[in-house]
Amino acid sequence: MNIVVWIESKAGEIKSPAIEALGVARKLADSTSGEVTGVVCDGAGTAIPDQIMTAGAHHIVTRTRDDWDTCGNDTIAREIMGVCESRNAQMVVCAATSAGKEVLSLVAGGMGIPVAADCVDVSVNDGTVEFERPIYAGKAHLRQKVHSDRVALSIRPNYGEKLTVDAAACQEEAGAAEKGWNRTAFEQGSTGQVELTEAEIIVSGGRGLKEPENFKLLEELAEVLGAAVGASRAVVDLGWRPHSDQVGQTGKTVSPKLYVAVGISGAIQHLAGMSSSRTIVAINKDAAAPIFGVATYGIVGDLFEVVPKLQSDLKAVLQ
Amino acid sequence: MKIAVCIKRVPDTATRLNFAADGTSIDQSEVQWIISPYDEFAIEEGLRLKEKAGEGTVTVITCGPASATKELRQALGMGADDAVHIQTEDDLDPVQIARCLSQILESRGDDLILFGRQSVDAQGSQVGALVASQLGRPFANSIASLEVDGATVRIERDVDGGRETLEGSLPVVLGADKSLNEPRYPKLKDIMKAKKKPIETVEAQPGERAFETSAITPPPPRPEGRIVGEGPEAVEELIRLLREESKVI
Repeated sequence: MNIVVWIESKAGEIKSPAIEALGVARKLADSTSGEVTGVVCDGAGTAIPDQIMTAGAHHIVTRTRDDWDTCGNDTIAREIMGVCESRNAQMVVCAATSAGKEVLSLVAGGMGIPVAADCVDVSVNDGTVEFERPIYAGKAHLRQKVHSDRVALSIRPNYGEKLTVDAAACQEEAGAAEKGWNRTAFEQGSTGQVELTEAEIIVSGGRGLKEPENFKLLEELAEVLGAAVGASRAVVDLGWRPHSDQVGQTGKTVSPKLYVAVGISGAIQHLAGMSSSRTIVAINKDAAAPIFGVATYGIVGDLFEVVPKLQSDLKAVLQ
Repeated sequence: MKIAVCIKRVPDTATRLNFAADGTSIDQSEVQWIISPYDEFAIEEGLRLKEKAGEGTVTVITCGPASATKELRQALGMGADDAVHIQTEDDLDPVQIARCLSQILESRGDDLILFGRQSVDAQGSQVGALVASQLGRPFANSIASLEVDGATVRIERDVDGGRETLEGSLPVVLGADKSLNEPRYPKLKDIMKAKKKPIETVEAQPGERAFETSAITPPPPRPEGRIVGEGPEAVEELIRLLREESKVI
């Protein structure tokens, strides 16, 4: 089975979840005697880091154009479709970031093939592709078989496998796909943080923080951990944090290596959005808070005492 | 301006799921259905655009069972002009839903087609993109602001810790994010009026399934957690556990 993988990059930097998507693709390709072709959509001469070179691709194609800065995801999708066609791809894979899901749905729509988002497991048995993905923000897991000889799948970040294989052969091809959108501006936010859905560590706060200004405590903790900052629906609805920070069924579903919930009681829709995190730490003064039901480690106590100590102790240990 | 808003009914996010005995579905007998929350932002945005333009129509479209009329009436109560109900009692997969919607949308010639950024049940965030591809129109998901000026569309959205601006031309297909607006509550008078608004019912032609469900199960259980301790004294032990037991930092 020939597999094409979109290696997501932004301003010349390749995003780390792509490594896992390549790993998943390589294992599937090996089990079906196919090849993996990675696609980078970026300018000519973009450096491919060693980590990506050896992450699973047999070939890496960089679709170059001078105007990538002003292209939307629709153009990326069309460039990938071009590679899929020339490589006779039976499967298209990428990391299930917000851009990844949009690009892949457009690729699938353009190619007329089905697409499944956020897969946590993919296998091929007797030529039939089967995948598992969380639904209802993780309250349930869905396993499905694909009735199509071609399919597109996005892999949930932190669920793939990092491989190290022989380095890929690289080549550049000039991109020529049409543009539906013109990207006229990009304004970097003040936080400049990684997307929640891609973060390896998330520090999240809720109403227990009492005042929006107190999120500063979490930002300091996040800085020490190299983490992104998330928020509960309650504080987003209060206008303390932007909606893009919201974790939960009506916000982002996240699955980091480490999720630190501070002053979050754990409403069912919040738990749904984060309970697939590998390790969960809960800090809350209410020992009966539902968040402790999913926490790997809990500290019962006043967050205004616990968090500063955690921050300074971690700083001493990690730096 | 002719606007179509595609909506989906979903189980209320506050409900606990009951798994059906067959192992491949959710027991729907006690489910409270609501309009998928992101779709409400799409409806609201459609209404605001129409109100601002002072002309046009907003049509809500859903693909679902006969009982989903309730959600269509709710959207009509918010102010939509009419509705199309593509009826099926089958649980369709996203490819089939996109196909059903495209069949209706193809002949309508809407200037703008709005979706929610994702349904909160299946969370595939793909039906809008599939429909846009089938209709050959540009698509952008998770929009945080929308401006229509003549035939020019300008949208903003939050990506990669920043805000991106995209410009295109009508007709386009867009997916609404939460920060787009604050959906209105229908007034009693409008709910009464909505009962008389037209709902066109068509039979779904979903075609072949792309996906066959082999199982729907509860998520794998989390390993038993523990309370490390109380107050700041517990911090030292927590850091030890994170480093030595979980090895996440």
